Amino acid sequence: MSWSSVGLAALDHPFFLHAVLAGGAIAVAAGLTGYFLVLRAQIFTGDALSHTAFTGALAALALGWDLRIGLFAATIGVALLLGVLGRRSRADDVTIGSAFSWILGLGVFFLTLYTTTRSTANGNAGVSVLFGSIFGLSASAAWTAVLIALVVCAAVLALARPLLFASLDEAVAAARGLPVRLLGLAFLALVGACAAEATQAVGSLLLLGLLAAPAGAAQRLTDSPYRALALSAVLALGEMWAGLALGYAVPSVPPSFGIMAAATVVYGLTFLPRPSGRRGRAVRALA
Amino acid sequence: MNVSLPTQQRRDPTRGDAPVLELRDAAVRVGGRTLWSGVDLAIGPGEFTAVLGPNGVGKSTLLKAVLGLQSLASGEIRVLGAPPGQAGRAVGYLPQRRSFDPSLRIRGRDIVGLGLDGDRWGVPLPVPARFSARRRAAQRRIAEVIELVGASAYADRPIGQCSGGEQQRLLIAQALCRRPDVLLLDEPLDSLDLPNQAAVARLIGRICCEECVSVVMVAHDVNPILSYLDRVVYLAEGGAATGTPREVITSETLTKLYGTPVEVLRTSDGRLVVVGGPEAPALHTDRHEDDRRAEAGHADDRAPEGSAHAAR
Repeated sequence: MSWSSVGLAALDHPFFLHAVLAGGAIAVAAGLTGYFLVLRAQIFTGDALSHTAFTGALAALALGWDLRIGLFAATIGVALLLGVLGRRSRADDVTIGSAFSWILGLGVFFLTLYTTTRSTANGNAGVSVLFGSIFGLSASAAWTAVLIALVVCAAVLALARPLLFASLDEAVAAARGLPVRLLGLAFLALVGACAAEATQAVGSLLLLGLLAAPAGAAQRLTDSPYRALALSAVLALGEMWAGLALGYAVPSVPPSFGIMAAATVVYGLTFLPRPSGRRGRAVRALA
Repeated sequence: MNVSLPTQQRRDPTRGDAPVLELRDAAVRVGGRTLWSGVDLAIGPGEFTAVLGPNGVGKSTLLKAVLGLQSLASGEIRVLGAPPGQAGRAVGYLPQRRSFDPSLRIRGRDIVGLGLDGDRWGVPLPVPARFSARRRAAQRRIAEVIELVGASAYADRPIGQCSGGEQQRLLIAQALCRRPDVLLLDEPLDSLDLPNQAAVARLIGRICCEECVSVVMVAHDVNPILSYLDRVVYLAEGGAATGTPREVITSETLTKLYGTPVEVLRTSDGRLVVVGGPEAPALHTDRHEDDRRAEAGHADDRAPEGSAHAAR
């Protein structure tokens, strides 16, 4: 049996098909937003969002709501809050560290509340929010994820050029009449939505890797901003699918681990000395 | 938005030789304090004007007022006959610069390109240039301004790896992309070494003449640009003096402006040295800057230092 027929057979399983579709769309969205996150040196915002994603999801579960409502409300809300605060107040490291630990602690509180009070409680909820449950997506959940990811992608692409201008040269962009403040906030809202999406795929603990690693690798591979943007999305997609395939082929490997492993390996490879000569030029032409 | 690129004919013929930029009795207050007032200025096409004065006196604020980002307490500003902020693409701006992060891996050419279309929404479609007339026109213009500032050799290098002077040239190219009528530069020579200061000053002087762009430049030290200047605005707390360098940078004018004895000396090579007020800055500036001045062997025009300097 050839590899392609194994692959096609895998897609016959609805759970795998859903994972490939939703995971792919989420990965592209994460690759696009991640590029600007790295460019704007706001990776730390992504880290903050992984804490809030966990707490938001479990708060919703504890209240008996759909997990995704809590997820999106928490990540988008906190992203906007960070955007508004970020400029005026320069919070020190201790404040930030304590605040995020407290938020995570709140998540643990909601987890206990959920498992002890809800009769239908899913005992694994905590683990699946932390580490993702992409093989457990229902058809409707998968299509919702695809739809939201596509909206995020379209929005990032629509903002891309002014956002690039504002990220590189805020004062000049503002003098040109661009609403730099609003652009920054809109971008953070998109990051929030993307983080909520990524939580469903790789879990809140690992979403930072999906936002940072492909974008970081893309920026190391090319000097052209739009190529880097596209490359970041392509790398994220490839890493997502490679991770899913690994998770499918080796049942003891959780897909989240596979995805993060692929992302880390690709990022690590960009530190290798570039091949020179004919092959090097071909590689660089690809990048 | 339309990125049509008119060739050399960009000035409205009906405006004739009317001033490109006009300030009438302009004053600015920030936080209840009048930074400067009574600034009267009319700048014609292709003129080079320097804005001088001690730190903290509001030189950059004057550029912001021209951009429409700072409102006036009194008086009026007209840019190409319109209120500030409405001249849009006719005004190029180069803010006071921190340099790009050394790890920033974006080519200088792309940074320059943002000056042309950075405020358009969306991303450029990956259509080969030979199918898109607009792309070709844009590429041509970008190559043209890069050539104009003499940056062709390093325009395709990541900008983070360019030197301060190279970055400054690329940013001037960015500001020139849309053929502005007015170019506002905020201390573009700051943090450049002396040969680069002279080279960039020469470049700006040349752009003024050849491209017929009116340049308004905030400067720390008048000497590198002195020979290219048409006009000087000397700002002081509360007041201002404008005119040609010969009229304004004199002992009489500056003494009157600052209300304290100021002496302007001319060295044999034509440099101006302004002496007066509290003597030479000892702790004010960072060491690097002092070194540079020591190397140059001249005090600069910042001598009328008051407490204002400490505001930096």
